[in-house]
Amino acid sequence: MSQYILRRLMIAIPSLLGISLVLFVVLALAPGDPFSELATNPNVPPGVQAALRAKFGLDDPIYLRYLHWLAAMVHGDWGFSFVSRIDVDTLILQRLPTTLYVIGSAQLLALSIAIPVGVYAATRPYSLFDQLANTFAFIGFSLPTFFTGILFILVFSVKLDWLPFVYTEVPGSGIPWVLEMIRQAIMPVMVLGLFQAASMTRFVRSAMLDVIRLDYVTTARAKGLGQTKVIVKHVMRNAMIPVVTLIALQMPAVFGGAIVTEQIFRIPGIGSLLISSILANDTPVVMAVTFVFACLVVLFNLIADVLYGWLDPRISFR
Amino acid sequence: MFDRNLRTMIDDVKGGLMDRRAFVKRMIAVGLTAPMANQILSLGGVAMAQSPNPYKPTKRGGGGPLKLLWWQGPTLLNPHFATGTKDQDASRIFYEPLASWDVDGHLNPILAAEIPSIQNGGLAADAKSVTWKIKPGVKWHDGQPFTADDLVFNWEYATDPATAAVSSGTYADMTVTKVDDLTVRITFEKPTPFWANAFVGAYGCIIPKHLFAEFKGGKSREAPNNLKPIGTGPYKFVEFKPGDLIRGEINPDYHMANRPSFDTIEMKGGGDAVSAARAVIQTGEYDFAWNIQVEDEVLLRLEKGGKGKTLYAVGGDIEFIAINFTDPNTEVDGERSSMKTKHPILSDPKVRQALALLVDRESIKKVIYGRAGRATANYLNGPEEFVSKNTKWEFSVEKASALLDEAGWKAGSDGIREKDGKKLKFLYQTSINGPRQKTQAIVKQACQKAGIDVELKSVVASVFFSSDVANPDTYAHFYADLEMFQIPMTQPDPALAMRRYHSRYVATKENKWQGSNFPRWVNKDYDAAVDAADIEIDPIKRADLYIKCNDLMWQDNVMIPVMHRLAVEACSNTLRPALSGWANQTDNLQDWYRET
Repeated sequence: MSQYILRRLMIAIPSLLGISLVLFVVLALAPGDPFSELATNPNVPPGVQAALRAKFGLDDPIYLRYLHWLAAMVHGDWGFSFVSRIDVDTLILQRLPTTLYVIGSAQLLALSIAIPVGVYAATRPYSLFDQLANTFAFIGFSLPTFFTGILFILVFSVKLDWLPFVYTEVPGSGIPWVLEMIRQAIMPVMVLGLFQAASMTRFVRSAMLDVIRLDYVTTARAKGLGQTKVIVKHVMRNAMIPVVTLIALQMPAVFGGAIVTEQIFRIPGIGSLLISSILANDTPVVMAVTFVFACLVVLFNLIADVLYGWLDPRISFR
Repeated sequence: MFDRNLRTMIDDVKGGLMDRRAFVKRMIAVGLTAPMANQILSLGGVAMAQSPNPYKPTKRGGGGPLKLLWWQGPTLLNPHFATGTKDQDASRIFYEPLASWDVDGHLNPILAAEIPSIQNGGLAADAKSVTWKIKPGVKWHDGQPFTADDLVFNWEYATDPATAAVSSGTYADMTVTKVDDLTVRITFEKPTPFWANAFVGAYGCIIPKHLFAEFKGGKSREAPNNLKPIGTGPYKFVEFKPGDLIRGEINPDYHMANRPSFDTIEMKGGGDAVSAARAVIQTGEYDFAWNIQVEDEVLLRLEKGGKGKTLYAVGGDIEFIAINFTDPNTEVDGERSSMKTKHPILSDPKVRQALALLVDRESIKKVIYGRAGRATANYLNGPEEFVSKNTKWEFSVEKASALLDEAGWKAGSDGIREKDGKKLKFLYQTSINGPRQKTQAIVKQACQKAGIDVELKSVVASVFFSSDVANPDTYAHFYADLEMFQIPMTQPDPALAMRRYHSRYVATKENKWQGSNFPRWVNKDYDAAVDAADIEIDPIKRADLYIKCNDLMWQDNVMIPVMHRLAVEACSNTLRPALSGWANQTDNLQDWYRET
């Protein structure tokens, strides 16, 4: 097993190198200029824009820039943002807690809806509950988050005036502070959580249905075990194997943030950092965020594979 | 012209026979801006009125929190590195200049003890030097005294090429010397009639020498205080998250009496303009939102029974269509739109005139800009009344068609005009931006009626305004026949705005397209007028010269002005901000208060 993990980690190195090269080249070839805002300002001579480009090495050939970046990265130096001139790792670490809090809560919400609903629907296929669950699941994952987000804002902020729609880190501590943090996170968490829950419900339901018809379940029932025991101990255990893989593969997204939803609610997470950096052509930040994301995908793929083997002894590592 | 009259008037003001306001009004009536009228007075030896913004609170603090929403989040807090106005606005919370422009376009002293004038000996009669006296007793937030050394340092810092400061232009061509602890002298290399640029307004914010001295030049990025500003401003720094949030608290030792009124300040970034307007006008979550470039229709809807309103500040920002005088389709020495070529169609003045007749400014205003725009014939637009009286505009497809007929362009079988087998066809480019694409469509429609085929092109803003030498889609390369964008006026003086189109600044491959004259327009009279105005000390003659520049551009149809754009902000009904079209939104932040 440890040999398997080691081998997988070794394979990850060339693939990460490849990913970084592709990312870097694509970003370097993309046109745009982080200092374009200076262009029309009569107070700033055009030479300043050019001097800044030269100073930050934007005019160097791509292979040189890539090698510089790689060498620095190996030493743990992620570079600095062209736009805010701050080290990229500081910038990312500043944003990470918010993303973990909001997206993490949304994932938890999604799981706590999807698993009970999916399981219950699978035990009574084509019943009224199943039909309703299916209908809502279809509506849920057909509606994009930018639509539900704005809808929520219109209803809960503008019409009812219950919840704020601008997310800010309020200073303070104690119970009122905790309540405020929860209050402003309700809408984004609901928007993201319900969207996730919709597709996960469908997934849980079909995973359950695959297992529920197997012979060993009939055997368990024949032994005289109660319905709850059969479902929870015998069916769910096996049905959850693909679900666990799915959740593991979704973990990178928890760190990567949700670009659209973060933008709508002004959540200072990784997703909004990524989109504003892309819009500002702030390549070091875009590079770092996407590369970290790539690393997380590789890592959680490995974790999913290992988990899979642990949960299902029929699979062996070679 | 009115030269002699004016001198008597200046004397009247000096002698107290006429009040300043009446003088300014008369100047506006003859087409001068209020700020310029004031500069005339100051050069004429009349001290500038100290006209602070209206301010009611009678004690410092107690105003609660001030919540600002900037939909582009500020990304850095060093005024010398501010790439956009968002960064200048944020820096201004903590740092201050010697003076700022107030609502009427007067200089409003901030760190200066008084505004230099000929009377108080601050201005030299030959316009080659300015002496600023600073307020005694001003302290940085860390308790260190603010002195003339800080001013000299800021000049050194900005002009050091290794610093790569965006303010380098503001401090170029001058020497700053310390006279005593509270006095500095700026000596200009050439007579500089517009002396109020260095240490004034957004780029004039002053950073402390004792914290930045070690980080001048190549090491400028490493200064820890780039992220933790220690300034002299009304609010002290608490927290900064780039692109997201800035928080400040009241400065109890602020150098102006009873100011500031608010106890804390928060500037939140991110999102988009429409929802920012909504958070202020409709739900009242925030007090003030910046730069609400949203269709007027949407704003009117939000304002119905809302908790806030929109405010408009008149400056000199102009949206225009520029005409290419060189040929974008012929390559000479690896460069299109080369100065060695002439535009095959647009070099004919009649065609340019016809194009100007085809821009329906009234409809563009009605459909797109609404209250945030004013139709104009001038490239140079004052705060409100700066209209060179000699120009006019109209929209007429018939007149345009007649002009094209005269020029020999006859309608072909497909309705598109042609001459010598050449089709009358233009490529019209701009940056991607809702209002601009709508304007393109309106212009294209009118052109089609007149038998001109217009191909539209839109480029992402960060590419269009890039200085990337290798990218052919930038506005400076101008590989198109027409292009449209906006040039802001960052201070109430036309020198920088008009110098752009001097023929020595044409954009070419040789200067890496850094030349500011992107239409590649060459006009000897214009060059002469700009050169003369640059060193003209007599304010009246100088004003005349700039009006002449504007009129020359109008006669030649170099630029077709589309809209004189106003700054739009969203503001809560109770907040009383001090805004000016000649300054950034936070430039007079110390004077903001809430009406109770």
